[in-house]
Amino acid sequence: MRHHVILRVIAKLGIPFIVLFALYVQFHGDFGPGGGFQAGVIFGAAFILYALIFGLDNALEAAPMNVVVAFIAIGLLLFAGVGVAALLLGGNYLDYGALADDPVAGQHLGILLVELGVGITVAAVMIAVFFTFADRGR
Amino acid sequence: MLLAFLAVIALAIVRLRNLFGVVMLSGIYSLLMASIFVILDAVDVAFTEAAVGAGIATILMLGTLALTTSRERVPMHTPLLPLVVTFITGAMLIYGTWDMPAFGDAAAPPNRHVAPYYLERSLPETGVPNVVTAVLASYRGYDTLGELTVIFTAGIGVLLLLGRRRERGDGRATTRGSGA
Amino acid sequence: MEFLVGHYNYWIFVFLMMLGFYVVVARGNLVKKIVGLNIFQASVFLLYISIGKVLGGTAPIIVDGGGPATYSNPLPHVLILTAIVVGVATTALGLSLVVRINEAYGTIEEDEISGMDKEP
Repeated sequence: MRHHVILRVIAKLGIPFIVLFALYVQFHGDFGPGGGFQAGVIFGAAFILYALIFGLDNALEAAPMNVVVAFIAIGLLLFAGVGVAALLLGGNYLDYGALADDPVAGQHLGILLVELGVGITVAAVMIAVFFTFADRGR
Repeated sequence: MLLAFLAVIALAIVRLRNLFGVVMLSGIYSLLMASIFVILDAVDVAFTEAAVGAGIATILMLGTLALTTSRERVPMHTPLLPLVVTFITGAMLIYGTWDMPAFGDAAAPPNRHVAPYYLERSLPETGVPNVVTAVLASYRGYDTLGELTVIFTAGIGVLLLLGRRRERGDGRATTRGSGA
Repeated sequence: MEFLVGHYNYWIFVFLMMLGFYVVVARGNLVKKIVGLNIFQASVFLLYISIGKVLGGTAPIIVDGGGPATYSNPLPHVLILTAIVVGVATTALGLSLVVRINEAYGTIEEDEISGMDKEP
């Protein structure tokens, strides 16, 4: 799709906003509709759109495959790590109340971190799966 | 009304032999489902369904079609036995709906069990106004961790199945499937 | 009549589920089978969400000082939210299996694959 000028221009204009919207959904998910799962998928969709319009090679330059694969594990480890941190701070596993002095603040912090972990893993899995499918087709 | 649309599209998916059309229709199906979720007050779910079903799942299926074929052959055997099986199963399931609570009933057992606790306590206990987020991440944290592990495993599985073991060191270092 | 209005949504879900089931059982094309599985799965999602709906309720996002408003049940939303994303991940796994089968056999029709398996 290298020669479709309209597609290229619109994608270039749109992708930053898609990423911005994904971040908004990620961190505003406590107050409005949204959260890690949705944000991860939207974030992944931005990269997939980029790969569709500008070609897989350019997309792989923006998001190298080994980095994406590493992020799959990082998200899950962040989630599990929050649980371990709660354990070390004297609470039960995944009991975020122990993360801060005030249980409510701890809960809020824990939810934020856990959602971040969910978002990272979901986004990385979506990007990695699409890249492998696209790479296979060449 | 939207449910009727959904049924029509599902029928079209069953009838159509052009797989490209089938995939497109399943994308539309997902988008319709997302609007039904909005009507049923499940905004978070609608969000996810619109992004996943109409976006990523459709793209992945198109990618598969590009790697395989986009025509479905006419099956050799008659579909009589599957039809009978589905009719019997469907009749039994519909018989089962007789005992279901009526649509939108606030006094139905699923809406009286733990849901009122979540709705009342989640804001004071977690400080998060979106109850869905609070339940997802806090009250059912183990569940979500498990689901995330499933996604992780599925992603690793795809990488192992389709990842190209490339020995040429061309700097991009694509996935190296070690298991296969 | 009241019974009809209260239950017709379940019947549509059963219809959708059986359509998906039929595709999975009767069609030989593997991609079509996966689409059928997705329809089947979607009917379960709709069933859960419609059970959680409370007539006159709103989305379960508590507004400040909103008073005792009625909210729909958030628990099915949580279950289905995760199930959708897990569903797409497992769909991707299934599709990658289809791609590998196509590479090994040159076809994605079930009949032809089992025919090839019978030949030595």
